[in-house]
Amino acid sequence: MRLTLRVWRQTGPGEPGAMTEYQVSGIVPEMSFLEMLDVLNEELILRGEDPVAFDHDCREGICGACGMVINGQAHGPERTTTCQLHMREFGDGDTIDVEPWRAAAFPVVKDLVVDRSAFDRIIGAGGYITAPTGSAPDAHAVPVPKEAAETAFENAECIGCGACVAACPNGSAMLFTSAKVVHLNTLPQGAPERESRVLGMVGAMDAEGFGGCTNAGECATACPKGIPLPSIAAMNREYLRAARRAPR
Amino acid sequence: MTMALATRTASPSALRTLWGSTVGKKAVMATTGVLMLLYLVAHMLGNLKVFFGPDDLNGYAAWLRTLGQPVLHHEWFLWTARSVLLAAVVLHGVCAYQLSRRDIAARPTGYAHKRHRASYATRTMRWGGVILGLFIVWHILDLTTLTVNPRAQQGHPYENLVASFSTWYGGGVYIVAMLALCLHVHHGFWSAAQTLGANSARRDRALKITATVLAAALTIGFLSVPVAVMTGLVR
Amino acid sequence: MKHRTAHTPSRTAPQTAARTAPRTPRYSVGSPIADTKAPDGPVERRWDQRRFEARLVNPANRRKHTVIVVGTGLAGASAGATLAEQGYRVTQFCYQDSPRRAHSIAAQGGINAAKNYRNDGDSVRRLFYDTVKGGDFRARESNVHRLAEISVEIIDQCVAQGVPFAREYGGLLDTRSFGGVQVSRTFYARGQTGQQLLLGAYQALSRQIAAGAVEMHARTEMLDLVVADGRARGIVARDLVTGRISTHLADAVVLATGGYGNVFHLSTNAKNSNATAVWRAHRRGAYFANPCFTQIHPTCIPRSGDHQSKLTLMSESLRNDGRIWVPKARGDTRPPERIPEDERDYYLERIYPSFGNLVPRDIASRAAKNVCDAGQGVGPGGQGVYLDFADAVARMGREAVEAKYGNLFEMYERITAEDPYRAPMRIYPAIHYTMGGLWVDYDLQTTVPGLFAIGEANFSDHGANRLGASALMQGLADGYFVLPATLNDYLARAPHQPVADDHPAVAEAVAGTEDRLNLLLAVGGDRTPDSFHRELGALLWDECGMSRTEAGLRKALERIPELREEFWRRVRVPGGGAQLNQSLEKANRIADHLELAELMCLDALHREESCGGHFREESRTEDGEARRDDDRFQYVAAWEFTGPASAPVLHREQLAFDHVHPTQRSYA
Repeated sequence: MRLTLRVWRQTGPGEPGAMTEYQVSGIVPEMSFLEMLDVLNEELILRGEDPVAFDHDCREGICGACGMVINGQAHGPERTTTCQLHMREFGDGDTIDVEPWRAAAFPVVKDLVVDRSAFDRIIGAGGYITAPTGSAPDAHAVPVPKEAAETAFENAECIGCGACVAACPNGSAMLFTSAKVVHLNTLPQGAPERESRVLGMVGAMDAEGFGGCTNAGECATACPKGIPLPSIAAMNREYLRAARRAPR
Repeated sequence: MTMALATRTASPSALRTLWGSTVGKKAVMATTGVLMLLYLVAHMLGNLKVFFGPDDLNGYAAWLRTLGQPVLHHEWFLWTARSVLLAAVVLHGVCAYQLSRRDIAARPTGYAHKRHRASYATRTMRWGGVILGLFIVWHILDLTTLTVNPRAQQGHPYENLVASFSTWYGGGVYIVAMLALCLHVHHGFWSAAQTLGANSARRDRALKITATVLAAALTIGFLSVPVAVMTGLVR
Repeated sequence: MKHRTAHTPSRTAPQTAARTAPRTPRYSVGSPIADTKAPDGPVERRWDQRRFEARLVNPANRRKHTVIVVGTGLAGASAGATLAEQGYRVTQFCYQDSPRRAHSIAAQGGINAAKNYRNDGDSVRRLFYDTVKGGDFRARESNVHRLAEISVEIIDQCVAQGVPFAREYGGLLDTRSFGGVQVSRTFYARGQTGQQLLLGAYQALSRQIAAGAVEMHARTEMLDLVVADGRARGIVARDLVTGRISTHLADAVVLATGGYGNVFHLSTNAKNSNATAVWRAHRRGAYFANPCFTQIHPTCIPRSGDHQSKLTLMSESLRNDGRIWVPKARGDTRPPERIPEDERDYYLERIYPSFGNLVPRDIASRAAKNVCDAGQGVGPGGQGVYLDFADAVARMGREAVEAKYGNLFEMYERITAEDPYRAPMRIYPAIHYTMGGLWVDYDLQTTVPGLFAIGEANFSDHGANRLGASALMQGLADGYFVLPATLNDYLARAPHQPVADDHPAVAEAVAGTEDRLNLLLAVGGDRTPDSFHRELGALLWDECGMSRTEAGLRKALERIPELREEFWRRVRVPGGGAQLNQSLEKANRIADHLELAELMCLDALHREESCGGHFREESRTEDGEARRDDDRFQYVAAWEFTGPASAPVLHREQLAFDHVHPTQRSYA
């Protein structure tokens, strides 16, 4: 396969950037999208040019490091992470646009690399259960109904890649935040901090400069882990309940 | 006294929490939206009286002014309703404006590769809202204060309505606004349920169907009047 | 031939042989090493005893101590969070953009714990026994018993944190049995157990970061260790975004930097996982133990071509219900569904009737290699075997199979575009885990005082082979429970005079790091860093992979220094040092891989026995199985670095088995 790539190049934070065109050849359908970029980068290095910077690590769809907007879609045309997108989704001679996540809360670091540390700060604002090491009761002390465990798991699957923010027309982090709120607030272990968690996390989310939710649903469509849109409704419910009960 | 009362009903800090967050402001929008939606359903049903002739509609209009008597004074109910609706419109609009500014600021750079995102109804919420806001002003000037309806006279809503819809612009503005309303309600109803936390995986489908039915019923109900006037069915 | 006498340890006098070598010997033998921290006495009381003997630091004084933790995987994140909870000041580092992305996140199968919730005969003693035996009698009994004891506490801790383990309808925890054992003691969260455990630890760590108790440096890579006045006192790190080199000083340094499987280039490790931290620590005096003990995982997706950048593991739990087979005939190219039952060789069930498809990883891997070497392999290049779920679907129904393995099947289909419900999966072994690592004592302290190594970065608990679902257990045991108990003792005992920023050791470490990076940038050659990594990986896979021979290892030991020399002459690293430069990061890691690879081959060459993941062709039984040599090799090989140009020194730590009698492993 021969492809034309138009890739966002930007030398550093706050620097101007531009879409830059490259030709790549020798691409086979079995390659992952990142392996295709590896091919491009190897060529760039040998030509003495700066290779395209992009975040990636596990390359098996679970660490959440990789992520780029491919032809206008977060992680590209398949519902998966960029590392698990394969070139068989594209045709010979295609032109592919590759851009970084775009959001005020995710400033570009270089090329396709963005700063997602805002997500860590949202978790730090309440996305945990306070259980200091050694203080835990026996694991069977509190049974958890299977249904609650499944709901918690479904939301805990979030990999924090940021595709929801990238896809949202408002750069909103509601799906990410709601996934953690629902995961922990569904479990009996999370109940004592139920109110402070959702108030703290939504507060942090707003403070980071993410947009609000207009229920466009783009986030859930882009989410490689299938975090469901109703999780946002569940977080709203938790938030309104908490605002009523535990005013700060 | 008022302080004590306020803390007992709704804590001011709770309200401040809500007003200070995107989720809270959306809840304000959803609540005011639902309120306006309920009003629209009543309004639309009232409008249908036009098909029973001038006496029916005019009598209904007069009754609205006496509603609640003798407990309430003449037109008190009407003005209470108008105040609540005005507050709802203002709150809805202010929240929408503030949230939209925030949303636009949260995505300062767009994507070079453009593609259509979300549904048409979702994408047009902002402009649709603006259109509806402008329409409300027009609508009040047209049929309440009668400022822009030269042939109208107070106390004759049926005749005023026919007069308005008989002009191409009167009917045209109304029809465009009702189509905008259709889209706005279609996304807005489900969205309000989502925002207020009433949605869940199990209810999602039912809520979406309800939204569609509601939007269609309102639009057909409202549009039937100008269409009837323009086709001469109601004159 | 020239170094023959030096690197062939003879049974009689290896020291003499090494010392009297005519030219530079490959290694020499130094004084034996012993674990002085494990108490004597009954194995089940040693941990209790050690904790009692360990000195404590007054809670009020803990704020005065700073501990550096490098890495935020299961071990690092749990250690950072726990130390901060105890009141220490923690400075923590990870090269990823967030601590949540460490590669523990990719562990699929589960975590073992001797809870005996199933009432199926499990106990701490049985987990201890299974792990010592599974490790092929090359692990310390004290450590393994402690691990088994702590396993039960880990589950409690994780459940309290909200880890959504699989549950039964009654609301209690579900367990399953996992490769190599006959009890059901593996707790799991679908196929994402590592992710869920790591997020639990990450969340606990996030709480401490938000509270200001942990100073977190993401996108920051440790490039050297600062050893001042004989103690580990800090690290030299590079900010990967700005390229700034900085030093961070502390009272103790904890390395939780994972394994070195990426020396092989193609492995199931994350692309950026690397050995730089442990290798730099090794060069600063920490002994490296059993580097040749690398684990090959039997169930990975085969490579599809030369472009392959990494290998993906399919959870071993698949072997619970899938059946492994190859065509009986060589070079049979028929599609699998066209091969009739009697022309299939279910070779694991045939050779190991009692364990069948559930034999330990090393055995399953080697068996796959053997059938592929015999020409029975399937798929591109004949490098694959079938893992077939047809029987499971017939027996349990598609829905039940989907509920159990749905996400794994999806992952397989996404990568290969083949539907495993219709056609059997193709799998092949791949490098997965490294049992070797920095030598540590019972306190998890390395031979450099004040330097601790936890999780996969140390060598301690798995011997020559790790059992499935034990890596998560060890990482969390070290981080949540062991290190926080033993680090107290070090901090309470050692005087901690502040180390000044201008201490000669600091200046020397910074200058060395800067020189090295500048050197990499200055070469300006004609080969990419990746091309060297691929070449090294292929060499190591062939000569120091699933099976090893003396001739092959010698060949590798000749080739690696040549490749290293070529690397420093021909590598090309574009861009500068004061920016985000992923080529520079990569080249720097590969430079260390090129040194570590040599030690791995040397260790493999010196260990003239087969045990666990280390299989020497020369040491096998008549029916081709691994043959251990307890008389000569019942020891931990701890290697001392003596300089870039001089041979390493081997220190032996003899292992004693008082509670589990060494037997030749048999899974037949």
